[in-house]
Amino acid sequence: MTGVRTSQPLAAYALALGDDALILAQRLGEWVARAPQIEEDVALANIALDLLGQARTLLSYAGEVEGVGRDEDDLAYQRDDRDFRNVQLVEIPNGDFAVTMARQLVFSAYQYELYTALLTSGDPTLAGLAGKAVKEVAYHRDHATQWVLRLGDGTDLSHARMQAGLDQVWPYTDELFDPADQMPGVAADPAALRPAWHGYITEVLSEATCHQPEPRWRSRGGRDGLHTEHLGHLLAEMQHLHRSHPGATW
Amino acid sequence: MSDAARTAPAAGNRAAPDRATLLAAARAVPDPELPVLTLGDLGVIRDLRMAGDGAVEVDLTPTYTGCPATAVIAADVQAALRRAGADQVRVRTVLAPAWTTDWMSDSGRRKLRDYGIAPPGPAAHATEGPVMLAFSVRCPRCGSADTREVSHFGSTLCKALWTCRSCAEPFDSFKAV
Repeated sequence: MTGVRTSQPLAAYALALGDDALILAQRLGEWVARAPQIEEDVALANIALDLLGQARTLLSYAGEVEGVGRDEDDLAYQRDDRDFRNVQLVEIPNGDFAVTMARQLVFSAYQYELYTALLTSGDPTLAGLAGKAVKEVAYHRDHATQWVLRLGDGTDLSHARMQAGLDQVWPYTDELFDPADQMPGVAADPAALRPAWHGYITEVLSEATCHQPEPRWRSRGGRDGLHTEHLGHLLAEMQHLHRSHPGATW
Repeated sequence: MSDAARTAPAAGNRAAPDRATLLAAARAVPDPELPVLTLGDLGVIRDLRMAGDGAVEVDLTPTYTGCPATAVIAADVQAALRRAGADQVRVRTVLAPAWTTDWMSDSGRRKLRDYGIAPPGPAAHATEGPVMLAFSVRCPRCGSADTREVSHFGSTLCKALWTCRSCAEPFDSFKAV
């Protein structure tokens, strides 16, 4: 299968946002039965399910705009890693709970600004999805915020591990705001989302007595299909059933 | 004179049901996850039209984008409308305007409380400020306001887990969105 044709920026845009949500949903699902508390098993599964719902809407729409008959399942299960357009942040392994909470803070705060911007998109599907998703993501952001505050401003050990989690995730944050195809009035300009995101993150980290890391390298290229070695393994697990038993239903 | 008669469904002798009857039938369908509530109580049936081709068209809005009950709800609405006499039914999923718990009926809120789930408070306050304010939720069992949130998330997307300090019972609370 090939990627969505680049001549269709709207399809590519919906695909990129949908891939972010899909891959993070799959990652978060790995926490089920492994989280430090049963409430967190439930919380992370709920967040994953919200993201999966957003991914379904976005991938279905990407397929519809592309217009060559691919549906959400074709796009989720029949593409190889180089055809995925998600940022690398969502594909890196979960790490410990602090790493996952650091990523949740970064990503949910980003999605909150993204969907807030898309509320006024001239594209009715994107605007309609944003109206629902912004409410869901507000919960995700609040959940991550409370954990970062609790761990960061907790014991010496929890503080050290929260800071280590932030340090591990930070090299992947710049990629969220890299320039994309301009579709004024339809898509959100990633760079324009950064100030509000940064303001929110700064407030939370300061209250959590953590500092904002200044990494010496940054990830690049997820939106162009360049991924870490981790994505292929994730896809192998996610796609295996569908590829082994095409069209299976139960 | 008899345009309507000529385009009416050929099968069966019963008269084609009117919009009000069909709407009532769709609204009376129980929610698959919370069977004490009807879809009318939840406010997820947004519109029902008689389309030009004789089909009945229903607009359904999901509570959450990822709600796994959405497909079951659509199938249940199809079945209910057929039972009410519709020949051809199309269910459309509409995302805008986004569903809000403010659309839940008063009788729905009462039924939820009787079922042991705290009904949602007003949604307008839910997303104000950097950290969400959790308004005090009354225990659906003993009515005490001395309760605390255990987790933002619960057994389904639409609920959070709370516990009551007065009667010590855990309970689900419908999230205000």
